[in-house]
Amino acid sequence: MIDDLYQEVIIDHSKKPRNFGKMEHCSAKAEGFNPLCGDRLTLQLNLENDIVQDVRFVGNGCAISMASASLMTEVLKGKTRQEAEALFQKFHLLLTTDSGKPEDLGKLAVFSGVREYPARVKCATLAWHTLHAALENSAEKVSTE
Amino acid sequence: MTTAARAFDVTVLREDFPILHQTIHGHPLVYFDNAASSQKPRQVIDAISRFYSSDYSNIHRGVHELSERSTRLYEDARVKVQRLINAAHAHEIIFTRGTTEGINLVAWTWGRKHIGAGDEILITALEHHSNIVPWQMLCEEKGATLRIVPVNDQGEVSHIELTDRTRLVAIAHVSNVLGTVLPVREIVAQAHRRNIPVLVDGAQAVPHTRVDVQELGCDFYVFSSHKLYGPTGIGVLYGKTELLNAMPPYQGGGDMIRSVTFEKTTYNTLPYKFEAGTPDIAGVVGLGAAIDYVNDVSINNIATYEAELLAYATNALQKVEGLRILGTAKHKAAVISFVLDQIHPHDVGTILDRQGIAVRTGHHCAQPLMERFGVPATTRASFAFYNTREEVDALVAGLAKVKEVFA
Repeated sequence: MIDDLYQEVIIDHSKKPRNFGKMEHCSAKAEGFNPLCGDRLTLQLNLENDIVQDVRFVGNGCAISMASASLMTEVLKGKTRQEAEALFQKFHLLLTTDSGKPEDLGKLAVFSGVREYPARVKCATLAWHTLHAALENSAEKVSTE
Repeated sequence: MTTAARAFDVTVLREDFPILHQTIHGHPLVYFDNAASSQKPRQVIDAISRFYSSDYSNIHRGVHELSERSTRLYEDARVKVQRLINAAHAHEIIFTRGTTEGINLVAWTWGRKHIGAGDEILITALEHHSNIVPWQMLCEEKGATLRIVPVNDQGEVSHIELTDRTRLVAIAHVSNVLGTVLPVREIVAQAHRRNIPVLVDGAQAVPHTRVDVQELGCDFYVFSSHKLYGPTGIGVLYGKTELLNAMPPYQGGGDMIRSVTFEKTTYNTLPYKFEAGTPDIAGVVGLGAAIDYVNDVSINNIATYEAELLAYATNALQKVEGLRILGTAKHKAAVISFVLDQIHPHDVGTILDRQGIAVRTGHHCAQPLMERFGVPATTRASFAFYNTREEVDALVAGLAKVKEVFA
């Protein structure tokens, strides 16, 4: 059923994305772009001692990509870099395989319906790929300083 | 041209398309993605199968029976194309891989020879990427400038402005996003007063309307088989004899030569000069069968039926609250691009798909046009003569479901 994909939480977050906007200062930043569908978003993070203190995004795209970005920002706060990356791995498994564990993902489990829509996996993972890039960028910065 | 076309009965014609008779996610398939590619009638599928089963061989070289049959079928198809678009000569029909390759061929051969630093190539704001990027690449290489003719809010191109540096005009015949039919004849006449050649991208025109390249007067005309109910991988470049003769070859290889020594190669005559290597022979045979089929249905019947269906669909979609149609040209083909409330087209497309309705969502390979209309993407329903009013009604009902999900 289509409602398995477009769950209420997803519709709600797509219409009223949380942590939407720009930060004056940030310690990590990346831009995500999906050339196939034109979705784009900019993600900003503030990391202190490798812990996500704040995270915000701006962009436009379909309901799935906007809701995914919004929910991601909610769950990221307080997570370490490693925890954030591990969450991405789990999220990716949930969307692309049968071995994902929704119970490990808290509110991100609402995206488990995306698995039935292979063409939409890229929408749900755009924010996470962007996060990964932002963390890598900041890691590089750290290593060169 | 066949003189006695079949009586136009959409129910009967739909029987010719095996793929249409299936359910998708439990709903009857409604195929509204014809501008991307159209479905194939049994007559085309059978012709390709028959060709491989009984007539296939390489062409132009063998002295044996199968090679002669294959060559005849291949060259017969060229004459069918010639008649379809009323070219003066069969040798003005060059087989390519598709519209995109046709445009690239002209850019790389005619373009490289005739475009220099400071020259201008004129295109319109509604072009498909395939009629933008090859010219951009050429301009970059030569230090030339790509100039863009704007479109108005209805999606029309009212007039073009030529300068002393304009060397080529390259325009769509019909917009793949907005459905706008461009005033090609007038544009060609204007360009020809300054001896500027005109290339026309006819990918969206040939399947839906009668095309007469001599009447249009254009110098190059390109289109694809797969939008004309024929197979993928084959397309047509029409060029005027004198232009084609003066152009250097495109690719080197077999079939495009007259004689080869290690010192010097003499090129073959038209059209073979531009058809290096073993072509998509079965594709050409399939295209020939598709042209026979279209002639049998009659392109005039197709145009009349699709115009009625477009009017019906436009009226029905306009009644959907929150729906805005992009492209309201006076002269328009059966394509409707729209946006619905603030709902992203990809969400619209997914929810429609679950109801068996295939539409295109995204930028339709026309990103500059999306920018012109200030939208990141649209939903596009594009019709063929096998579509029905009932299917349009299903789309309207499908959109109600989309709104319900996002309510």
